[in-house]
Amino acid sequence: MAHFTKATSVKDWLNQRMAIEKVEKVMASEYWIPKNINFLWAMGMVLAITFALLLVSGIFLLMYYQPHVNTAFDSVNFTIMREVDYGWLWRHVHGVAASVVFLVIYIHMFTGIYYGSYKKGREMIWISGMLLFVTFSAEAFSGYMLPWGQMSYWAGMVITNIFSLGDLHLDGLVEWIRGDYVPGQAFLNRFFMLHALLLPLAIMGLIGLHFAALRIPHVNNQDGEEIDFDVEAKKYLSGDKAGSKVIRFANDFMSKDLMVVGIFLIFFFYLVFFHYGFALDPVNFDPADPLKTPAHIYPEWYFLWSYEILRPFSVNIGLVAFGFAQVIFMLLPWLDRSPNAVPASRRGAFSVWFWVLLADMITLTAMGKLPPEGIFSTIGLVAALLFIALWVVLPFITKNEKKA
Amino acid sequence: MKNKEPLILVIVVAFTLLTYWLVEPYAHSQMHKHVDSQNFAYADLPAITKTGNVENGKLLVTGAAACTGCHSIAKENLPAGMDAVTAAGAYGVNPPDLSEAGAVYDAKFLADLIKNPAHALKVEHKFDAAKGQMHPMASFAGAGGDLDQEVADMVAYMQSIAVKPSEVTPKMAFENACGRCHAVKYEKWTQIGEKPSFKLEKDSLTFDVKVLEYQEHLTKYMGKLPPDLSMYYRSRNEHFLSTFIENPQAHLEGTAMPRVGVTADAAHKVIEYLADSADTKRHERSSVGMNVIIFAVVFAIFALLWKKQVWRDLH
Repeated sequence: MAHFTKATSVKDWLNQRMAIEKVEKVMASEYWIPKNINFLWAMGMVLAITFALLLVSGIFLLMYYQPHVNTAFDSVNFTIMREVDYGWLWRHVHGVAASVVFLVIYIHMFTGIYYGSYKKGREMIWISGMLLFVTFSAEAFSGYMLPWGQMSYWAGMVITNIFSLGDLHLDGLVEWIRGDYVPGQAFLNRFFMLHALLLPLAIMGLIGLHFAALRIPHVNNQDGEEIDFDVEAKKYLSGDKAGSKVIRFANDFMSKDLMVVGIFLIFFFYLVFFHYGFALDPVNFDPADPLKTPAHIYPEWYFLWSYEILRPFSVNIGLVAFGFAQVIFMLLPWLDRSPNAVPASRRGAFSVWFWVLLADMITLTAMGKLPPEGIFSTIGLVAALLFIALWVVLPFITKNEKKA
Repeated sequence: MKNKEPLILVIVVAFTLLTYWLVEPYAHSQMHKHVDSQNFAYADLPAITKTGNVENGKLLVTGAAACTGCHSIAKENLPAGMDAVTAAGAYGVNPPDLSEAGAVYDAKFLADLIKNPAHALKVEHKFDAAKGQMHPMASFAGAGGDLDQEVADMVAYMQSIAVKPSEVTPKMAFENACGRCHAVKYEKWTQIGEKPSFKLEKDSLTFDVKVLEYQEHLTKYMGKLPPDLSMYYRSRNEHFLSTFIENPQAHLEGTAMPRVGVTADAAHKVIEYLADSADTKRHERSSVGMNVIIFAVVFAIFALLWKKQVWRDLH
């Protein structure tokens, strides 16, 4: 057993038992971050804050929400929106944060791709991040079912139908997922469980993994510079803060994070109070009606690009393309064959690849919402084929990349 | 080294706004039919050329024109001949009380309605007299004098007993124009009136049964039970509601919903009633919103100052 002495203070008492000073050093004051970064490096903190907003607002909503097909809609739109003091506020914060969190996730992801932050020991950061993207997607989808509006019901119908996998006709699997032939009470109950318990647990676990994956390779910097963290840390600790290439996580980096969070929150609350329509779809304010299919069924904006990879093709091919789109980002660290972990602007063909991918995904997003008619379906088809082609050519263009 | 942050910010904001514009304003402009407002001018209806005589109008409404055979005028102590459920059984829908009709409905509309209901209501596709499909409200063919003068008199009478148009409340406008077909359960409104709070469950259930009976008649009459409008202010938008009220056929050709002929002002009140139901806390949202934004700005300023202080030694 370890040796304990009479504590001189509460801190000392804790220190003997939990090494809090050491933990504080490892996690904060001597967790070294490169100085050469821009505000895009604060997106992780923005995401953490947005997740906290989702969690807190979700806890308040949980106190009044009723997961029953007869009362779910009214418990949200009457009880929470009208009867409960500030219930409307929690719902708006929750709905808007659920949409905005994806905007920040996409910015975070494209930052990683642009600066090559998935290479040279950072593969696990990328993979845990993509797993977070998948679980956030499931969390968003399951949450969308809960108000039991028209779009909840019909999106639930369409998305669970995907699991019949076209000509494989796995109708039994679809019924197993729904717990019924069509979305009903069993469906609503299990998506409520997924949304309020299992998926948040998975997300919190994955956030832990994501942070842990970051600790040893450290974050990248905006010039892809190789930094000897030990040497630079010594320089910092000896007092040459200005000359050192690294800074402490806390308070140095955190003060910048908080500044970005502050600006983000102005934007976020503007959306919550004055511009929420994009996140709280009007169609979902009609109660679920199994006998009335809405004229247009579309997912929330953050799923549109992958929806549009499914849609322009015949069922079986569409499903294969859709499956491809779901997993391909995960493989990025291996599909990119170049050892250069530098910004895309210095990587020749990869730079073109990056901007084309971004433009293509925005095009897919737009076409995924527009009615699949005339020119829109043609553009959608071309954009979907381009998306697949981009990933096929990636290993070839990066293999011949010159050393940057 | 050059500071790249402003450029990066411009790029991030530009791509975000582009995506937003594509999936919201642009996509919705392509998905929904656009109907322009005609400002409730009812240009298809003839103007009233005669000056109405209130006294003569009263005689016609309560006498020769036989309006009060079906319509109550509560303000003049003229009760309905039947209760709402029985009336709906007879006519399909309970005929409206005429107390405030003169304030809620457009005068041109009322005049045309009296002469030819199916025409004014734009339901001639459903009620074609030539095919024997009679509208439950009989056309007024005149009481012996000049038809246009008599109609103008009746309209003048209805306007004389109604409140001033400025005194029409949102609830009054909704109940008159919409409330006999549409329920708004979040406001406790049913097609036969506001549901009172009953002490005994038996009484509550009795009331519910009456509503169900009424709804059965209404469903037979309309083809489908008209929807509950509790959340329509949020599931549709103001422009949609306004143009739909003005002329349902413009949005949904062939619909059984009649044009109700409300004035622009009354339509505005109806929408306010729907907003109170579906977006009850909108005023609180604006005021709380301003305070939160002010807080967020102050927070951001302090965060900026703290960052500057911490980074002073790092540069």
